[in-house]
Amino acid sequence: MSTFVSGGIKMNKRKDRIGYAFISPFFLVFFLFNAYPIFFTLYLSFTRYKGYGAKTFIGAENFKLIFKDPNVVDAFLNTIKIWGVNIFFQIFLALLLVMVFSDIKYKVKGLGFFRVVFYLPNLIAAATISLVFAKLLDKDYGVVNQVLFQLGWIGDAIGWLTEPILAQMSVSGIQTWMWFGNSFILFMASVQAVSKETFEAASIDGAGRFQILKNITIPSIKPILMYVMVTGLIGGLQLFDIPFLITDGKGFPEGSLNTMIVYIYNMAFVHNNYGYASALSFALFIVIMIFTVIFTVATNRTEIKDFIKRRKEEKARKKMLVEKGSVSNG
Amino acid sequence: MDKKNSEQVLDERALQRIKDEKKKKRKNIIVYTLVYTGLAFLVLITLVPFWIVIINATRDGMAIQTQGITLIPGNSLFANYKILTDNVDIARGFWNSLKISTLVTVLSGYFSALTAYGFHMYNFKGKNFLFGLILVFMMIPSQLAFLGYVKWMTQLGLMDTHAALIIPSVASIGTVFFLRAYISSSLSKSIIESARIDGASEIGIFHKIALPLMAPGVATMSIFTFIGSWNNYLSARVILSSKENETLPMVISSLKALKIWYQNQGAIYLGFAISIVPIVVVFIFASKYLIENISAGAVKG
Repeated sequence: MSTFVSGGIKMNKRKDRIGYAFISPFFLVFFLFNAYPIFFTLYLSFTRYKGYGAKTFIGAENFKLIFKDPNVVDAFLNTIKIWGVNIFFQIFLALLLVMVFSDIKYKVKGLGFFRVVFYLPNLIAAATISLVFAKLLDKDYGVVNQVLFQLGWIGDAIGWLTEPILAQMSVSGIQTWMWFGNSFILFMASVQAVSKETFEAASIDGAGRFQILKNITIPSIKPILMYVMVTGLIGGLQLFDIPFLITDGKGFPEGSLNTMIVYIYNMAFVHNNYGYASALSFALFIVIMIFTVIFTVATNRTEIKDFIKRRKEEKARKKMLVEKGSVSNG
Repeated sequence: MDKKNSEQVLDERALQRIKDEKKKKRKNIIVYTLVYTGLAFLVLITLVPFWIVIINATRDGMAIQTQGITLIPGNSLFANYKILTDNVDIARGFWNSLKISTLVTVLSGYFSALTAYGFHMYNFKGKNFLFGLILVFMMIPSQLAFLGYVKWMTQLGLMDTHAALIIPSVASIGTVFFLRAYISSSLSKSIIESARIDGASEIGIFHKIALPLMAPGVATMSIFTFIGSWNNYLSARVILSSKENETLPMVISSLKALKIWYQNQGAIYLGFAISIVPIVVVFIFASKYLIENISAGAVKG
């Protein structure tokens, strides 16, 4: 019996080593194509480097430059503006739709259909979307101006993509168009996870529509609301395709669409300041990491608390067991 | 007299009730009309750009310029295609994108399943550390390392090759994480144990038993992987340089610099349609499945 068991364990140990074979392709590629480029970028950020020719090690010079570069502040503010307007309308629309479809008095039909339709823009390549809207919003030939003109709502053509503030708002609008369906699906799923009885009980107790919204709907989507806002911000900080392609890569008009990645791209490949561009991307990397960590801690606060509590309880229990053991032994 | 009176009261009450119900019904109709009008408006805003692209792809440039938007398709589809292909090699871009996205999807699906299975089934040394590493890297925006990636690919001689865009999919961190969670709920270790007793090899067990059981999870992730790869622009742009290697989003983005951007808008819209329609078709078939999965993600947290 005992030999059988030990044989079994030995066999399992040999088998367990096969596990390395299963995960090795992943880790080989992971280290070579995922982890290494990050460290390589970090290394490049400490050099003066044109993207070709020699690399000169210059210490933290590039990082010091970031704090003196007014374009960095502008690019960051542009991103925050574009993100802020987008996230406001995106969440507003998604919440409105959730209210409509979770109402207990009025049964609005067709949820399945509307979810599919509203999600559709999210599937299209941002590259294509940028060019479609560059066409639709064109000052002289665009459909939008044409229609507004025919309706008699405007006299002069509006430069949707050539006026700095309008260009930012247009990009926000495109982002909202792309993402509100996604937020709606996520919110709706969270609300549907709350039992219907909860809503019915609240309405029997005489709760009004806004009380239900405030006390049931919003709390049920709070975690996912945070998720949408933070992933939106992280995605927003990495916004590239739309501002880059709408402005032919320049971030015009007047730098209003110069987002961080557009700036990094041009710094590296147009101005040939590869070392500085690497430092910029590493700085952005760290900013995003900080947002991610704050978000993870904030959303998992109760879980982290639970974990610490459980650990404490376990320790206390173990301690008690040890004490009990020593008592009974004694 | 009394009887008559009470009957009258009853009648009046009934009348009042009918009136109330009518009022309520009218209010209901108004509310529903408002709600559905609002929804229809939102649907319109969502779909109008698609509609314009598809209709204009069939109209000739002059008609678009002079007549604006219409609801009726034109008959210049083939003429537009001729003009488009005279200017850009869109078929090549389509083929390149299809090739890259398919390979990325297959590699990502297969190796993620392999890795997730390895983590789930075996208790090797350093397992928790390695899985912790995956978790940490899941939070890292590693696409920001594209400058280092470009120079590293130059050193490896992989610049301007599709391989530089395909190989990284072997290490798809998010997919491994998802499949690891998927397997622990769908694969019981006793099935694997009984296959071992029957003398099957470890890799054979993976291929014949585990992989088919994980197939629904792999399929879910594959849809997202495919769409993500099909739409990818930045990394293709920094890695690929020669015309014959360009992906579809690169070809599309080059349209803006062409003369036909203003002169032959029909051809331009056809280019957009070619990049949009396949994804929309895939989505219409997989939409129920996809949306259920997005929803499930929200509920889990």
